[in-house]
Amino acid sequence: MPSFATVLRRKLSGKAFHFRIVTVREFSASEPRRIEKILIANRGEIACRIMRTAKRLGIQTVAVYSDADRYSLHVKSADEAVHIGPPPARLSYLNASSILDAAVRTGAQAIHPGYGFLSESADFAQLCEDKGLTFIGPPASAIRDMGDKSASKRIMGAAGVPLVPGYHGNDQDIDLMKLEADKIGYPILIKPTHGGGGKGMRIVQSPDEFVEAFLGAQREAAASFGVSTILLEKYITRPRHIEVQIFGDKHGNVLHLYERDCSVQRRHQKIIEEAPAVMFISCLVSSCNGNSFVQPNVSNDFRSHLGQAAVSAAKAVGYHNAGTVEFIVDTVSGQFYFMEMNTRLQVEHPVTEMIVGQDLVEWQIRVANGEHLPISQSQIPLSGHAFEARIYAENVPKGFLPATGVLHHYHHVPVSPTVRVETGVERGDTVSMHYDPMIAKLVVWGENRTAALVKLKDCLSKFQVAGLPTNINFLLKLASHQAFENGDVETHFIERFQDDLFVDPSNSLLVDKVAGAARFGATLAAACLIEKENSEFRENLPGSKGINSIWYSSPPFRVHHCARHTMELEWENEYDSSGSKLLKISTTYKEDGSYLIEAEEDSSQCVEVKVTCIGNHDFRVEADGVIMDVCLAVYSKDQTQLIHIWHGSHHHHFKQRIGLELSDDDDLEHKPRFEKSSYPQGSVVAPMAGLVVKLLVKDGTKVEGGQPILVLEAMKMEHVVKAPSAGYVHGLHLAAGQQVSDVSRSNNTSSSLSFLNSFGKSRDHAPKLCSSRVSYRNFDTISVVRN
Amino acid sequence: MLGILMRRSVASASRKSLAALQIAQTIRNYSLGVLPDGVDWNSEAFSRNSKAMDGLISDLQSHIHKVLGGGGTVAVKRNRSRNKLLPRERIDRLLDPGASFLELSQLAGHELYEESLPSAGIITGIGPVHGRLCMFVANDPTVKGGTYYPITVKKHLRAQEIAAHCKLPCIYLVDSGGAFLPKQAEVFPDRENFGRIFYNQSIMSADGIPQIALVLGSCTAGGAYIPAMADESVMVKGNGTIFLAGPPLVKAATGEEVSAEDLGGASVHCKTSGVSDYFAQDELHGLALGRNIIKNLHMAGRSLKSGLQNINSEYKEPLYDVKELRFIAPTEHKQQFDIRSVIARIVDGSEFDEFKKLYGTTLVTGFGRIFGQPVGIIGNNGILFNESALKGAHFIQLCTQRNIPLVFLQNITGFMVGSRSEANGIAKSGAKMVMAVSCAKVPKVTIIIGGSFGAGNYAMCGRAYSPDFMYLWPNAKISVMGGAQAAGVLAQIERGNKKKKGIEWDEEEEEKFKAKVVEAYEREGNSYYSTARLWDDGIIDPADTRKVIGLSISASMNRDPGETKYGVFRM
Repeated sequence: MPSFATVLRRKLSGKAFHFRIVTVREFSASEPRRIEKILIANRGEIACRIMRTAKRLGIQTVAVYSDADRYSLHVKSADEAVHIGPPPARLSYLNASSILDAAVRTGAQAIHPGYGFLSESADFAQLCEDKGLTFIGPPASAIRDMGDKSASKRIMGAAGVPLVPGYHGNDQDIDLMKLEADKIGYPILIKPTHGGGGKGMRIVQSPDEFVEAFLGAQREAAASFGVSTILLEKYITRPRHIEVQIFGDKHGNVLHLYERDCSVQRRHQKIIEEAPAVMFISCLVSSCNGNSFVQPNVSNDFRSHLGQAAVSAAKAVGYHNAGTVEFIVDTVSGQFYFMEMNTRLQVEHPVTEMIVGQDLVEWQIRVANGEHLPISQSQIPLSGHAFEARIYAENVPKGFLPATGVLHHYHHVPVSPTVRVETGVERGDTVSMHYDPMIAKLVVWGENRTAALVKLKDCLSKFQVAGLPTNINFLLKLASHQAFENGDVETHFIERFQDDLFVDPSNSLLVDKVAGAARFGATLAAACLIEKENSEFRENLPGSKGINSIWYSSPPFRVHHCARHTMELEWENEYDSSGSKLLKISTTYKEDGSYLIEAEEDSSQCVEVKVTCIGNHDFRVEADGVIMDVCLAVYSKDQTQLIHIWHGSHHHHFKQRIGLELSDDDDLEHKPRFEKSSYPQGSVVAPMAGLVVKLLVKDGTKVEGGQPILVLEAMKMEHVVKAPSAGYVHGLHLAAGQQVSDVSRSNNTSSSLSFLNSFGKSRDHAPKLCSSRVSYRNFDTISVVRN
Repeated sequence: MLGILMRRSVASASRKSLAALQIAQTIRNYSLGVLPDGVDWNSEAFSRNSKAMDGLISDLQSHIHKVLGGGGTVAVKRNRSRNKLLPRERIDRLLDPGASFLELSQLAGHELYEESLPSAGIITGIGPVHGRLCMFVANDPTVKGGTYYPITVKKHLRAQEIAAHCKLPCIYLVDSGGAFLPKQAEVFPDRENFGRIFYNQSIMSADGIPQIALVLGSCTAGGAYIPAMADESVMVKGNGTIFLAGPPLVKAATGEEVSAEDLGGASVHCKTSGVSDYFAQDELHGLALGRNIIKNLHMAGRSLKSGLQNINSEYKEPLYDVKELRFIAPTEHKQQFDIRSVIARIVDGSEFDEFKKLYGTTLVTGFGRIFGQPVGIIGNNGILFNESALKGAHFIQLCTQRNIPLVFLQNITGFMVGSRSEANGIAKSGAKMVMAVSCAKVPKVTIIIGGSFGAGNYAMCGRAYSPDFMYLWPNAKISVMGGAQAAGVLAQIERGNKKKKGIEWDEEEEEKFKAKVVEAYEREGNSYYSTARLWDDGIIDPADTRKVIGLSISASMNRDPGETKYGVFRM
């Protein structure tokens, strides 16, 4: 690493250099300039993460934001922020021209695209160059080359990077194909060149199955896609997704920063990544040319082979800046094959940063400045093990469906040199449908994999999000799974162990255990809620220091008995869709200030709880002699209060009804009574005697419910008479200037306030327009008659 | 269980009090008024007392346990099936979170009628709602359908009396079938009978004291006037009904057949008749609406002078365990004990600045604080002599002039009798103290911790002297004189009468006669006999004394005490 003095020098010289540039800018846009201001064409955690490094380097930052992000963290973190459009990404974060405009307006010299959005758009990179802005990323040509999957494979094949063995030829002769298959080695994957969705795909385990499977695939392909061309590929039974971080400068140097294992995926998206990759014995195989051999201590060999392959891949396309070469590794044979190259800084780059102790964003900026890579391949340290867990707003039991909502409570573990939390949201922010629902990345480092995993689990259990469903509990289960602890990861991990990762509602033993934990959680929640509510009330009491304060002493006083409190908490079992369960919690205030809590349906379980409030959300709780930390988040939504509790490694959430849904039954509406029987349904009755001032409809007019029909003047006031429901006005023979009498007079009914005979009274709602008619009965009423 | 608990606490108490004594002695070096422990934990009297009190308190607990069960499991179940809470639960939901509730006369109606009438079928008490102290009056529908027995009326009126005196907004949780018809002669006609409830409502409302009714159940006949007379009222859909005559009576009178809901349900009264102001979807909604009403009371019933008190928000607990009060008071009234050991367990930091300590020593007077609130305490340490009575009158004058509430700790067998005492004008001295007690307008709280006999009861602010609150310890005895003395007096008269008629009275018969008198005095002087008839505001556990006095004084500080004026003191 360059010494501080070197850095300082460089900064100083850069500054001087810049002055010169400013003056000549108009004439020489291509002249290399030092970056002093970066526009980050992204949002969320990555924008914040880039800004952090930029700030450390003394570089000013410009954020861009859509309407949905006006108040988000990345906007607040930036020195300047420019509005670029409405929420949909295609109109804002993907809108290259407004982003470039923003850069020009704010005088930024460089654009960092982050990941996603425009990061892998060759056109955008080109546009930046054309505008004289530095694109912090690879050259547009490299993006283009790697963006085309088949082209990239071709280039890689030519550069000697191993590809999944297969046959992509046009000659579809079955014997030839069989021969090719034998060459590739079994198992073989047969798939149509066209189409997708698994149609026509066949896995062939042995040569004698080949012919039958091949013909079947061909038939199915022809039937489904109209083209029967088939290709063959080696089928990898237990694939692992391993990728290599590479970095190149503009002077032709490329190095690799070791690999990452991103095998644990759901919906083809990574959720837990780690670096370095786990090298367990059965996989300690090094291969570049197909000569696989097992050796007890080859991980370093394997690693350097993999790294070299990645470097060659990058060099083959004249790459500079950060990139990732993805490989698929066959855990059975130990062979690895090129899959694709990602020409951007990856989401999971922090795990690499943690094990090599480098700031890759800083490298990106320096390389973009035209500097040499700061260290050489041999100087890159490799220490310890890092994990990254991606915390998403998603509905795990519903197939990991993305979720949206408000982060009513958001409290993550404290960051430290070994724990990083990359986040772009704060408490109160909304996770909207417009963008990726990732809330944060939790990155931990440990001396070795076991130590890192211990830390990961601890941090996950203390990561608190309330307001929307998250995958935290699921990640915790995943990280605690024996196979994961053993490092036995592969891309089908979640499918393979789904019985362990999801609670099966039919497994009563497990369900009971989960319910027991929830009941205990409810017990603690009740105690903390009461303590919190009481102490908050006490503190906020007007004149609390006055004479009445003794009425709020703890515990509350009762003559000859103990005060009790009952509470109903609705527990939603996230692994059981059969619905929520109502827990009745009864709390007795004990003399020493503790609570005796019992769940009503299980009176045998009586817990004595003593609560000490530490902070707004934090409690120290003693339950039956065990002292622990408990955290509580409470927020209300509609008529319910949602209560989240974290205790030990558990997280439970409950609902409590705080108000009642005021039913819109007619008891609530102010509708004076009138004799229903006097008029047919749908009649419109004059509210009082008066003069018709204006008629707003004609006989036969189609009206909506609530639409004004006529204006009546009485007692110096105008009264608008409205249609009771949708329908056709029928039999209206009133004219402006005509006097009408009220119901009590004309019909001698007791209710003088009669108003509208409404459809609302009838039990079957929503009368169909066409089947209703408004009919006129006499001078005083108009009726809506339904056929 | 209770016994074990208590023995354990006694054992620890003696250890603790040793430490406390040391602390007390250290503090006494700096603070003048800190009282010593004052209890001889090793004495025979103490162990006898604690054993006797043990029994009394477990008796009390078992009576209370029955009373808290309301009208019994069947009635409670029926109540629940109608989606109704029990009256104490209703009050809990109205009170502020974590707030205390000072329930009054829990044992009213105890063994008063042939049938049991737990808590006289009505729950009354004081507690804060949105920071404002309120008087709650809640019918218990599980007890005789919430109907009003004579004692029910008395308890209701007593609650109103306190509310009117202390200017506490009243919340009536109405769920009652009205007067108990078989006893209508004792319920209906007299001045202090059913009608007085509505009279009080009117007078209090006129005085600006809010009257709020929550109609949570039926509210028939006279009961209908409770919500009708209220400033604001809430009705619960389905359960709440108000009508002067229920459906059966209507049918009998006019032939009209109508359901209770259509006759006087929430819909009718909130929409058509205007008898009620707030429509509640269910009971919890109704109670929430009730809280909201209190939230909007603003200054109603408050005078500017109230609450202007010199209160320390920081206070020390007494140095000695309040629970030890259970073992201090003698259950035999002949036995002497130092009232200061009681005061030491009531006042903040056990600090008590005694007034005229060396004069009239049978009456202990002095200043202290309870939960930061200054109080003047008057306690008996024996028979009242001339000097003691004069000292008492003097001290009361001091407190009224300084607007300091008075606490009377009664344990009094009476004024000294005999020729010397009469010649010294004991009647005159006693009259001075009675005059001072009667006219003192500061809040007064009386606790009978032992005997309360004769004129001693008057001078020490007995029920007739309208203390704001008055409580008994379970060992209390109240009568005009001791049973034995009364028996002696009555036997003498009887013997005289018989002699006139020429009838000889043998000794055995006389003893029988005397025993009967003693037995009657014993029964009628008992604390349960008193509390059942509402001669007090409840029996309290001695361990709760400090708390109850604190809450009671706090409740009576809501009013402006006004200026005290005395009558003619006979000099």
